[in-house]
Amino acid sequence: MNSVILRVGTRYLAGILLVFSFYMMLRGHNEPGGGFIGGLTGATGFVLYAIACGTQDARAALRVLPQTIAMWGLGIALLAGLFAALFGDALFTGQWLFIGATESDKGLPLSTVLVFDIGVYLVVFGSILTLVFAMEEEV
Amino acid sequence: MAGGFPTDTRGNGLTGIVPVLFAGAIFAYFVSLMPAIAANEVIRVSIPWIPSLGIELAFLVDGLSLTFSLLISGIGTLVLLYSNTYLAGHPQYARFALFLTAFMLSMLGLVLADDLILLFVFWELTTLTSYMLIGFSHEAEKSRRNALQALFVTGAGGLAFLAGLILLAAASGTTSISGIIAQGNALKEHAMYLPILILLLAGTFTKSAQVPFHFWLPNAMAAPTPVSAFLHSATMVKAGVYVMARMHPAMSGTDVWLWTLTIFGAVTAVFASLLALRQTDLKQALAYTTLMALGTLTLFLGQESGYAMTAFATFLIVHSLYKASLFLVVGCIDLSTGTRETDHLGGLGRLMPVTAVAAALAALSMAGFPPFLGFIGKELKYAGAIAVASEPLFVAGAALLSNALMLAVAGVVAFRPFWQGSVPSGQAPREAPWQMWAGPIILASLGAVFGIYPDLLQVALINPTVISLTGEVGEAKELKLWAGINVPLFLSIATFVLGLLFYKFHVQLRAKLEQGFQAIPNLDHGWDRFLDGLKGFAKWQTLLVQNGKLTSYLFATFLTIAAGILLTLLYTGMPMIAVDLSDVEWKHTSIALLTIAGALLALVTNSRIAGIAALGVVGIGIALIFIVFSAPDVAITQLLVETLVVVLVAVVMLRLPSLPKAEFRLGHAALSIAVGASVSLILIAVVSSPLDLRLTDYFEATSWPEAYGRNIVNVILVDFRALDTFGEIAVVVIAALSAYALLRTTRKGDQK
Amino acid sequence: MEFLFAITVGVMVSAAVYLMLSNNLLRFIFGLVLISNAANLTIFVSGRLTDGAPPLIPEGADAPLVDVANALPQALVLTAIVIGFGLFAFAIVLVFRAWTTLNSLTPDDMRLAEPEEAQK
Repeated sequence: MNSVILRVGTRYLAGILLVFSFYMMLRGHNEPGGGFIGGLTGATGFVLYAIACGTQDARAALRVLPQTIAMWGLGIALLAGLFAALFGDALFTGQWLFIGATESDKGLPLSTVLVFDIGVYLVVFGSILTLVFAMEEEV
Repeated sequence: MAGGFPTDTRGNGLTGIVPVLFAGAIFAYFVSLMPAIAANEVIRVSIPWIPSLGIELAFLVDGLSLTFSLLISGIGTLVLLYSNTYLAGHPQYARFALFLTAFMLSMLGLVLADDLILLFVFWELTTLTSYMLIGFSHEAEKSRRNALQALFVTGAGGLAFLAGLILLAAASGTTSISGIIAQGNALKEHAMYLPILILLLAGTFTKSAQVPFHFWLPNAMAAPTPVSAFLHSATMVKAGVYVMARMHPAMSGTDVWLWTLTIFGAVTAVFASLLALRQTDLKQALAYTTLMALGTLTLFLGQESGYAMTAFATFLIVHSLYKASLFLVVGCIDLSTGTRETDHLGGLGRLMPVTAVAAALAALSMAGFPPFLGFIGKELKYAGAIAVASEPLFVAGAALLSNALMLAVAGVVAFRPFWQGSVPSGQAPREAPWQMWAGPIILASLGAVFGIYPDLLQVALINPTVISLTGEVGEAKELKLWAGINVPLFLSIATFVLGLLFYKFHVQLRAKLEQGFQAIPNLDHGWDRFLDGLKGFAKWQTLLVQNGKLTSYLFATFLTIAAGILLTLLYTGMPMIAVDLSDVEWKHTSIALLTIAGALLALVTNSRIAGIAALGVVGIGIALIFIVFSAPDVAITQLLVETLVVVLVAVVMLRLPSLPKAEFRLGHAALSIAVGASVSLILIAVVSSPLDLRLTDYFEATSWPEAYGRNIVNVILVDFRALDTFGEIAVVVIAALSAYALLRTTRKGDQK
Repeated sequence: MEFLFAITVGVMVSAAVYLMLSNNLLRFIFGLVLISNAANLTIFVSGRLTDGAPPLIPEGADAPLVDVANALPQALVLTAIVIGFGLFAFAIVLVFRAWTTLNSLTPDDMRLAEPEEAQK
């Protein structure tokens, strides 16, 4: 697939998909989306990139080994779950912090639930890229 | 074992001494309990173990268990002292002492336990530790084989025993043995009495080597002689007898109990005495007399009379004393001359005077001559036999025959080697060191002391034991050397005459017996054939079930699924299946048809590309179902995954060879349709029954107020069920890493 | 509606089982994909089908205002899809590896661990 248009186009498409995947993940708590969908979307972007430009370029663009990303994701999700233990709650109980909350508005909600979802995102993203890159290279 | 006594009689240092002292201390402790027990007290200690099941670490000391405990710890002490010299310098003596001590403790636990579960635990512990002891000479194949045989036979009996104990606990509502006995006759009238009895007896008969389970016991003589002395005098084989005696108050008195125990006991006693006379190996001869003793004890436990119970208690003690003593004597002879064959022994009396005295004392007790305890035991046996209400002739006849044969065997084992013939050339026998004759002398002398002063035994042990057996005070009969001129006395005289005749002609008798036993099937060979058959069967069924063919594994799996679901549906009655197609719209029908078409195309195609496309169609069809039925998150996920599947398939599958033309298999088709139909049916059944929405309602109600999320599906994933999700993403990582590792290995392999 | 999709599931399972029973690993993979899709659909359908009401809580409300679709099976199916993908990826890599090493896609020929002559 040695097409200049495809390669250039994919480069932008992958970038857009990556941004879109973050958006999907962050809105997931209130609208359709979330870590699984975000991770899959982001991974799809990089898979396209790898198909169009080769895994060498895709790995270079990613900078980090995909399996490292997956393991980080697992670690982050675990820490988000363990965090609840600090407050004496059962493991994986969501902890919330509302920045700038007023009577009518909850302000900017930050939560371990979001951190957990980021972990899910990274796991899905990293795992799929681990698989696809290895297959592209080895098969 | 040839080559005389160990020159270094100091034994094995601390490893040798400590177990002796330990066992001796236990013995001393039980001796200190004797006055209390003689005063008809019962000592019970209990610690909660599994309170939720009502199981306790309960121990009970009464006459029966104290008698056994004294025999076990006393003989144990002497055997350990003996072994320390017998096995002096043995590289694995520490192991031996450990096994023997562990066995002794298990045996003590068994006779002291007052809880069925505890009893079973110790029962199995004796099986395991005796396995270690019988197979102690593990370099010899025969030793390993015989140890395994003992383990299997008693272990199989143990399984039945466990089943019996569980039934017993269920029937009587308690696991406490004293509690069961306190219920009196309730058990005998219980509907489960017969199964309980059969299962318990299966355990005790195998353990106590009753015919036809007797064959393992003589083989167990592969153990070092002190082990045989311990296992086959007072312990291992008496465990079964002990349990029968323990359950005697609760279970005896029925016709089944009476006849089963009487017949098995009598047959075992006579059969074993004949076999004993046939042996030329001293140890084998003793092994068979042990069988005879076990048969006799079982025979008496079948009865209920005070005579029979007194006879049981007396003979139990008599037998333990003389049998342990004789085994130890045989060990001395063996070490001294290097052989145990009667034909190669003679004239030892002068050279081994102390051993000879011990042997003579023990043998006289065994043969039942006055004034030994054995004589009293024999008189009581006859009195007990006559007291048997139903068949006194049968029981007395069996007792007479076995006693006479016993006398002959006593002569062969303990008289002939010492006082007849001369020392064969090539042997240089000498007296055993004191550690080795101390045991036999002490045990054999006790037989004489108790014979002359039977009151000592009567008050201390016999009376309390008989109370344990009958549950009533005052049933015990008096132990007397001279009971006047009565039927037992005449029977005794007949025994002596018959026994001396047997002894005189034992060589000729042996030849006759040899011919006779040729005709009887050899159970030991039968055992080997049984094991071979079992192995063959195991191989056959393994090859049948694990044939290494994926297709047949899957076939079996799917068949089970279909059969399981369809039979359950049939059994519970087909639930109301509502064929409700009223709200089906054209879009639903078209999506369903699209999905079905995709599945069918994937089924029939012989082209890889068509197959991939067909799977894509199915995936899209499913995604459409998710979209139409209000599952946006799932639909997005499904579409994204579908994309990735196509990518992976495109990368990998096209490097694989194209599909071979499929041939139609009717059996597979039928099974497939059955599985599909069963899944459909169960799904229809599920959707036709009411739906429990409590969990969903909870999630809907709390998703925003408590978890601050408006997308309920996502809130469930990352908050309500976050731990599950964590497990699931861990699976995803593992799958990815495994696939990655698998691919990397390929490359390494190619480089080599 | 549920009846219609129960039949659909049945057809998918039948096709999947037949494919998995065939003595070819490629067809086996086809069957695996089909049966995991069928399993997902089974979970989804058994939670009942609701047309046009996703389980979302509108702004300003504390709970859904109308009868929305059952959220629980959706959450289950969502993770099942991702895990099913992981399983599929692993299976296809395994098949590929088997092909490169043993040069066969017929499972009955793969007898390195259980050679047939050892069973005689």
